[in-house]
Amino acid sequence: MDQFTLNLLFVGASFALYIGIAIWARAGSTSEFYAAGRGVHPVMNGMATAADWMSAASFISMAGLIAFTGYDNSSYLMGWTGGYVLLALLLAPYLRKFGKFTVSEFIGDRFYSKTARLVAVICLLVASITYVIGQMQGVGIAFGRFLEIDAFWGLLIGACVVFAYAVFGGMKGVTYTQVAQYVVLITAYTIPAVFISLQLTGNPIPALGLFGDTADGEPLLATLNQIVTDLGFNEYTAAHGSTVNMVLFTLSLMIGTAGLPHVIMRFFTVPKVSDARWSAGWSLVFIALLYLTAPAVGAMARLNISDQFWPNGTDGEAVSIETIENDPAYSWMGTWQQTGLLGWEDRNGDGLIQYYNDANPELQERAAAAGWEGNELTNFNRDILVLANPEIANLPGWVIGLVAAGGLAAALSTAAGLLLAISSAVSHDLLKGQLTPNMSEKSELMAARVSMAAAIVVSVLLGLNPPGFAAQTVALAFGLAAASIFPALMMGIFSKRINNSGAVAGMLAGLVVTLVYIFLHKGWLFIPDTNSFTDANPMLGPIQSTSFGAVGALVNFAVAYIVSGMTKETPQHIKDLVESVRIPRGAGGAVDH
Amino acid sequence: MVDNTSSTPVVTEEDSVYWKTNLRIITVCLVIWALVSFGFGIILRPMLSGIEVGGADLGFWFAQQGSILCFLALIFFYAWRMNRLDKQYGVDEE
Repeated sequence: MDQFTLNLLFVGASFALYIGIAIWARAGSTSEFYAAGRGVHPVMNGMATAADWMSAASFISMAGLIAFTGYDNSSYLMGWTGGYVLLALLLAPYLRKFGKFTVSEFIGDRFYSKTARLVAVICLLVASITYVIGQMQGVGIAFGRFLEIDAFWGLLIGACVVFAYAVFGGMKGVTYTQVAQYVVLITAYTIPAVFISLQLTGNPIPALGLFGDTADGEPLLATLNQIVTDLGFNEYTAAHGSTVNMVLFTLSLMIGTAGLPHVIMRFFTVPKVSDARWSAGWSLVFIALLYLTAPAVGAMARLNISDQFWPNGTDGEAVSIETIENDPAYSWMGTWQQTGLLGWEDRNGDGLIQYYNDANPELQERAAAAGWEGNELTNFNRDILVLANPEIANLPGWVIGLVAAGGLAAALSTAAGLLLAISSAVSHDLLKGQLTPNMSEKSELMAARVSMAAAIVVSVLLGLNPPGFAAQTVALAFGLAAASIFPALMMGIFSKRINNSGAVAGMLAGLVVTLVYIFLHKGWLFIPDTNSFTDANPMLGPIQSTSFGAVGALVNFAVAYIVSGMTKETPQHIKDLVESVRIPRGAGGAVDH
Repeated sequence: MVDNTSSTPVVTEEDSVYWKTNLRIITVCLVIWALVSFGFGIILRPMLSGIEVGGADLGFWFAQQGSILCFLALIFFYAWRMNRLDKQYGVDEE
């Protein structure tokens, strides 16, 4: 059986499983559509949250970004896990006690203002749509690879699949489907990593293999450092970027995690306040299984790639085009070339492909002496690394098919969760909550589905010119959530002083400064060449656009405090509401309007 | 609105002690949270560079794996501690 058929088989089988579950657990009422009737066990909920949370960014993109940058991109690892601490300590139990369906409902009630609720909805929509763009990129790459077509067509096919998939059920269908998706994606991520770790270090646990020794007795990371510096790249384990930027970037990802609606919504679905606390922990357990493996995947893939291009060592002769075209060990290069995400060019016509850093003066000397005319691996999209990894390591065909299914599971589960959050924001908060309160349940569900379709169209259009690799696009979404939603939620629980005007002004200020900063660096609506600055040379010192969320959050807090201080005090019944949210006692089931 | 039927809406002395204890636990947890990630993983990494861990240094380990393990420990500790505190102050759910 050839690889193409095998990929189709694995992807097809996994889809059949999800659709089967979705039909079996189809949502009937609105309450089931949004919150699965609050009957979900913390461990199950944790697994579903993990699937919901770990998207194309975590699965497809992150290890590639770590592989090619090394230590500096540890921010992704710390940022996307550390946020759960904030969620568990500062938000989850209180929002569960409050007992409503959506994040904007809490903001609307706590800040006793329809405007606050509306602003919260807008913030959610901006962050969620940016997030969906990143997922679409991942879906496009995965479909492009396994159908062996250009990534652009992959994106369009992916968008149709996401839509068909998301309208099928609400949260209830999604919860059980996501448990299945978690199992698929974690298996798909772990199995190739175990194989590769065994090949390189003899240790079956990749997380330990990362700090283990290779066959010649040298530590893996020391070997990697040696090879990449020989080729003129930055030392893998050393810090090269700005410390300030790294701190702010990590912080943005952390508070963004705690401000994303589709993750927070999960904690409304556990039966009790104490379960909400445990649930955050279980989510992180299941997330950590992937996140502890990811740095190993990155480092080991980087080592394998360097070895493939320099089969005779970095001092020897580079790989020849003849080998790339004929040796089955290099067949991955041919298949990925078809997606347009991998490219090479024999610039000096010597029949070999030299892969090195041609911006490094030392390597330029060596290149001049050897007659090289620049790096000949001209394009290596970071987002293909995880999907290509099992092929690069020559793992069996079924592993490659499994990884394709896993990557799609990750992207689809998150896209579905986000679309659900978007549709509930529009139909439940915007239409039913504000514009047309007398809407029937049936038309509310209809509105939910229409807004899903609209969100997909918008994100595909914006995703045609993605502002970065999938994980970087997603990082921007986190920055937006960090700057707008998280501060409002936190102040709503921990401060009685913040009033309606303060919260509205804070959210708007945080959202606007962050959005403008991002657009100034990534182009207005991500349209190329409309940017005034680049992340290589940012507007404010070392602060890149992906790191600005933390600054935006600070602006949000400051504005909210100042405005609240100048306007009318919070009324007594709101102070009582805050008091009651702080105490778990008496948390009943959630109540709808 | 929040279902208040099974509790008194007025804040008792006990409740405010409970909340203050909660805030203290949160503060301690967040100090550790920041220390293992922003501290050991980033800012204090040069100070830990002498301690070698499998071809890299301790700071690198914290940045790539150690902080995640600490986060896990923190969340489970907090859940366990708070559920005990809830019972102690009688504010838990039945």
